Amino acid sequence: MTATMNSSTGGAAQQGKTLNVTLKVWRQDGPAANGRFETYEAKTISEDSSFLEMLDLVNERLNDESKEPITFDHDCREGICGTCSLMINGVPHGPERNTATCQLHMRKFTDGQTITIEPWRATAFPLIKDLMVDRSAFDRIVESGGYITVAAGGAPDGNLIPIPKPVADASMDAAACIGCGACVAACPNGSASLFTAAKIAHLNLLPQGQSERYKRTESMVETMESYFGSCTNHGECQEACPKGISIDNIALMNKDYLKSKFKNRRYLSRS
Amino acid sequence: MANAMALKANKANKANKKAPLPVELYRSAIGKKYVMAVTGLFLTLFVLGHMAGNLKMYLGSMGGGEFAYHIDEYGHFLRSLGEPILPYGVFLWITRLALIGAFALHMHAAYSLTMTNRRARTVNYATKSDYHAANFASRSMRYTGTIVILYLIWHIMDLTWGVGNGSFRRGDVLNNVDSSLSRWPIAIVYVIANLALATHLFHGLWSFFQSIGWNNPRFNASKRKFAIGVVTLITLGNVSFPIAIASGLVKADQAKYDALTSSHSDN
Amino acid sequence: MRNETQLSSITIDSKIPAGPVAEKWENHKFSVKLVNPNNKRKFDVIVVGSGLAGASAAATLAGLGYNVKIFTFHDSPRRAHSIAAQGGINAAKNYHGDGDSVHRLFYDTVKGGDFRAREANVHRLAEVSVDIIDQCVAQGVPFAREYGGLLDNRSFGGAQVSRTFYAKGQTGQQLLLGAYQALAQQIGNGTVKLYNRCEMVEVVTVDGRAAGIVTRDLVTGQIQSHSAHAVVLATGGYSNVFYLSTNAMACNVTAAWRAHRKGALFANPCFTQIHPTCIPSSDEFQSKLTLMSESLRNDGRIWAPKNRADNRLPASIPEDDRDYYLERLYPSYGNLAPRDIASRAAKRAVDDGRGVGPLQNGVYLDFGDSLKRLGPDKVTERYDNLMEMYERITGESPYETPMRIYPAVHYTMGGLWVDYNLMTNIPGLYALGEANFSDHGANRLGASALMQGLADGYFVLPYTIGDYLAPQLNQKPVDTKHEAFLTAERSVTDRFSQYLAIKGTKSVDHFHRELGKIMWDYCGMERNETGLQKALSEIPALYSEFKKDLRVLGDGTSLNQSLEKAGRVDDFFQLGYTMCQDALARQESCGGHFRSEYQTPEGEAQRDDENFAYVSAWEFTGELSDARLVKEPLEFEAVALATRSYK
Ligand SMILES: Cc1cc2nc3c(=O)[nH]c(=O)nc-3n(C[C@H](O)[C@H](O)[C@H](O)COP(=O)(O)OP(=O)(O)OC[C@H]3O[C@@H](n4cnc5c(N)ncnc54)[C@H](O)[C@@H]3O)c2cc1C
Ligand code: HEM
Ligand code: HEM
Ligand code: SF4
Ligand code: F3S
Ligand code: FES
Repeated sequence: MTATMNSSTGGAAQQGKTLNVTLKVWRQDGPAANGRFETYEAKTISEDSSFLEMLDLVNERLNDESKEPITFDHDCREGICGTCSLMINGVPHGPERNTATCQLHMRKFTDGQTITIEPWRATAFPLIKDLMVDRSAFDRIVESGGYITVAAGGAPDGNLIPIPKPVADASMDAAACIGCGACVAACPNGSASLFTAAKIAHLNLLPQGQSERYKRTESMVETMESYFGSCTNHGECQEACPKGISIDNIALMNKDYLKSKFKNRRYLSRS
Repeated sequence: MANAMALKANKANKANKKAPLPVELYRSAIGKKYVMAVTGLFLTLFVLGHMAGNLKMYLGSMGGGEFAYHIDEYGHFLRSLGEPILPYGVFLWITRLALIGAFALHMHAAYSLTMTNRRARTVNYATKSDYHAANFASRSMRYTGTIVILYLIWHIMDLTWGVGNGSFRRGDVLNNVDSSLSRWPIAIVYVIANLALATHLFHGLWSFFQSIGWNNPRFNASKRKFAIGVVTLITLGNVSFPIAIASGLVKADQAKYDALTSSHSDN
Repeated sequence: MRNETQLSSITIDSKIPAGPVAEKWENHKFSVKLVNPNNKRKFDVIVVGSGLAGASAAATLAGLGYNVKIFTFHDSPRRAHSIAAQGGINAAKNYHGDGDSVHRLFYDTVKGGDFRAREANVHRLAEVSVDIIDQCVAQGVPFAREYGGLLDNRSFGGAQVSRTFYAKGQTGQQLLLGAYQALAQQIGNGTVKLYNRCEMVEVVTVDGRAAGIVTRDLVTGQIQSHSAHAVVLATGGYSNVFYLSTNAMACNVTAAWRAHRKGALFANPCFTQIHPTCIPSSDEFQSKLTLMSESLRNDGRIWAPKNRADNRLPASIPEDDRDYYLERLYPSYGNLAPRDIASRAAKRAVDDGRGVGPLQNGVYLDFGDSLKRLGPDKVTERYDNLMEMYERITGESPYETPMRIYPAVHYTMGGLWVDYNLMTNIPGLYALGEANFSDHGANRLGASALMQGLADGYFVLPYTIGDYLAPQLNQKPVDTKHEAFLTAERSVTDRFSQYLAIKGTKSVDHFHRELGKIMWDYCGMERNETGLQKALSEIPALYSEFKKDLRVLGDGTSLNQSLEKAGRVDDFFQLGYTMCQDALARQESCGGHFRSEYQTPEGEAQRDDENFAYVSAWEFTGELSDARLVKEPLEFEAVALATRSYK
């Protein structure tokens, strides 16, 4: 295959250690079509290349053989945009913990290994093509309350409300969610509790988030439940999460949801 | 621009806040989890107390008096609880009704959650997912639970109504237990059922805290310990009974019953 | 070989308000026409792009009452490339009383841009920077805090004050989530309609005004027209013309380029920024380069071995054999020298044969001292995720051995030409964020792009767009059945079916890589006439091969990633050509544009303010044919033109 190098960082590319792997990849032409597994040999893959670069190479070769390349979602390749989404050997984002698919490197695999690649599976994540699914249900959840209302220009000075460092940090830890959907993919119940709880915790922990706290919690939870399964505390999501979001957030969500039922009624009866 | 399909109409957008709060809460999955948690805890407390009571069978005979064995007196004690405020047996009936209610709710919630969760993933993974956190207990809740309930039905027929329990005499608790559990196969059924319960509670009692949102960094570590502690307690007790009886360590001596000044019965 | 630069007949007006630079924006806000609140809903606005600039603009416009349609080729607005920004965002809050002020931020930015930016725009940017922080805090952006609970700051390149606000190493993510949440709220309210996985592939003009756009639904391949009273492009930068860059894989120039083809001028295309601290590529199949935030230069010391090919382990190279070249050459700024300067210094070290690592293609960024000074915990707290990321990619722990870094293409200062109102020379067509050329001149200071994106979206466009819309009250947007839309749709359909019809032998990526190589070698960190001439002859050759030998499999009616790329790479070819033309025409060195013919004896960039103190805005004349130049002269009233010195 043609692999001309873009010597953007100088120095002639000397090949490091390489390995061969066998891929079993889910191929499906469209939402309606029925899918199948296809097997590809990925030979002489550099240990330093990322998992997605390995797939790039396979695609390049498929293209050379006039076979349609594998469709998969990806963008930043820095583990931050949450676009990449592959089920690798039955584990979302693959074997390395706290690591998104795009940050997974081939040195984590052994020569001759067979790797099965599947798309996320959830009713709320309809398949688009091959390994690509539609995660817009997550957007619907955020749209239903995952925000703090503030008109541009109407905000008070940033230092007006001091926020204790531990609170800001806890909020930040929850806010680190990249919306990849691995939690849903991993959950035996296809629940989006971790994603939703992370967003709720991010805002509910902050002083700025208090006035809409219970309205937010109630509608986000109920929107979530209209698309996804429920949580029975398997804790699998936390294991799969590339950002190590804790299921403690789910407990917080449950508590706030109950409170919201009481408080929101009170508000409603007032209004 | 394909769009995600919904499992059910989104309540958040519908303004159906009319129903009474408990009903409304129960409509949501998280609400159901609260119900499971509370009923589950109640049932667990019952089992705990029940186990404690049954320990009395190790106290042996009362050497005359109204009852042959301590455990028999305990059976009576259960019924006479609440007297004189409540008539004889009424308190027990309240408890029974509470238990039945708890079971019904717990089971219904379990059932409907299971159904939603099935619908949430209709196409399964080809590779069997290799789980890191979800353990056998957490994934078999509905099965261990069902085993427990089946056992229970039979258990009540066996020891409360005496169905198919040869020399059953209402009130003579130890006699009834003995005549039933001295048969090894029955004893083994008891053991298995209680191990199923143990598995159920091993996840359940930890899960309980998540469900009710009781989450405090200081105690989170002790949640598991707590669950394991309670489970061991219940299981050790409950498993010991069938073994003790079947192996003859504890047996009911008919003579002791015949020797009673006044034989009694409560119909 | 190309002949002399042709001047264009187009005349442009930058609409810079009169008065002293510090009062221009206030006066302007007062003088622009306003749309009465109840009339706002009578106006439709199309926003293309959901990054910081696009999302903040769409959310704010919808909040004001306009009907907004927002388009993104991403599956969710939250995935825009802004999410990847790590280091932080500048603001002249002076919370730390270290002598910062709006004027200093303004001054630093003009100087950092090597005097090739518009004073008026830059000052406005500095003014609104303070509102941005307030806005983001109110939205729930979890900025880093001090123990007292107040906002923390760090320093960034090209500044002697601490004015950079940050959220761990994920500032861009948190700011984008803030804007995305505001946008989501409007989508939920129905005031914004979201078109995701939907790519803008053509701009439509009617009677010289922006009338709307043509889009391609990436899932179904459906081609569709959308019309509105105004069209806003916030579609990001074009660093990926180099194939390898720190940008996300999907970043592209298509939206801006399609507008350019329809008459919008493209300004300073050759002003590209090379970021000094990226991870050197490890092998030839590398698909992108990973940035290590500049903030690392706060606590990391950059050095290369004194002796050539010194392949001892870093630890066993004694202090005397280390060359902390930035601290040596630029004592007052040291490791925080601006990006262009730091990058070229690294290049010199490597070219000099003093490169480190297996491919000898990097220099060291050493945390040894700060680990001693601050202790591992403090370092972890500051750079946690960056350290992790580095270890994941390289398999080496920066706590044990110094990071290896090397410059890589990172940001494009050039973009669509816009006036003070952020409107291109096509009435009704606006450009925001990295997609425009406005505020960074020839070099962008760290943490200033997030600032600019949000300034444009939250605080500038919402004011200035009224000036254009107000007079059109009660006019309907052009009907999408209008001939202009129909022809645009046809041309798009043809273009995409052509890519499929070529049925050649080489993949899109192949051509992209080849183009990238040309661009990097001749229009990269260092440029010169012969190289650029070479590029200008090689690009057309490669382009015609692209048109003949491209192989795109699959069809145009279902999701087809190769087909998407084909369209984008096509536009990159055309852009690349114009970039080289611009680089050749600008016979001076300034900021990111370094012409080896024009340097001082110490090898610093040598500006030519006599002849080149202007913005080069190019007019499209045809694919890979020489563009015509429009000059926008730059006047400097508030900041005296001076040679940049960071010594
Ligand atoms: C790795 C990295 C780190 C950075 N760190 C910093 C930092 O610390 N501080 C700082 O100030 N700056 C930083 N920058 C620069 C900064 O992130 C970007 O300049 C800025 O985010 C650009 O925002 P934007 O809104 O203009 O464009 P983007 O965020 O790129 O958004 C572009 C949007 O337009 C959409 N789009 C594009 N074309 C089309 C089309 N044809 N049709 C439909 N939609 C389209 C995309 O889908 C996307 O939504 C960094 C950049 C990189 C690459
Ligand atoms: C019909 C029989 C039963 C079924 C089908 C059943 C099923 C379940 C299921 C599916 C759960 C949810 C698991 C989770 O969310 O973590 C659960 C939780 C629980 N069950 Fe049961 N169960 C049954 C009987 C029992 C009994 C008899 C007890 C106690 C003696 C019990 C105690 C609990 C407890 C404490 C929980 C934890 C509640 C929570 O996690 O919120 N269950 N049960
Ligand atoms: C091996 C251990 C057990 C023994 C030896 C045992 C023994 C008994 C006996 C003797 C009775 C009759 C009491 C009376 O009628 O006076 C009884 C009743 C009952 N047991 Fe158990 N039991 C055991 C385990 C359990 C478990 C695990 C459960 C629940 C999950 C349970 C639930 C009940 C219930 C609900 C009743 C009926 C109480 C009533 O309403 O009268 N038992 N048990
Ligand atoms: S919680 Fe974790 S796994 Fe779930 S979407 Fe967010 S980052 Fe992904
Ligand atoms: S795995 Fe699923 S069951 Fe709950 S704890 Fe995580 S969501
Ligand atoms: S591609 Fe962005 S997170 Fe993996």
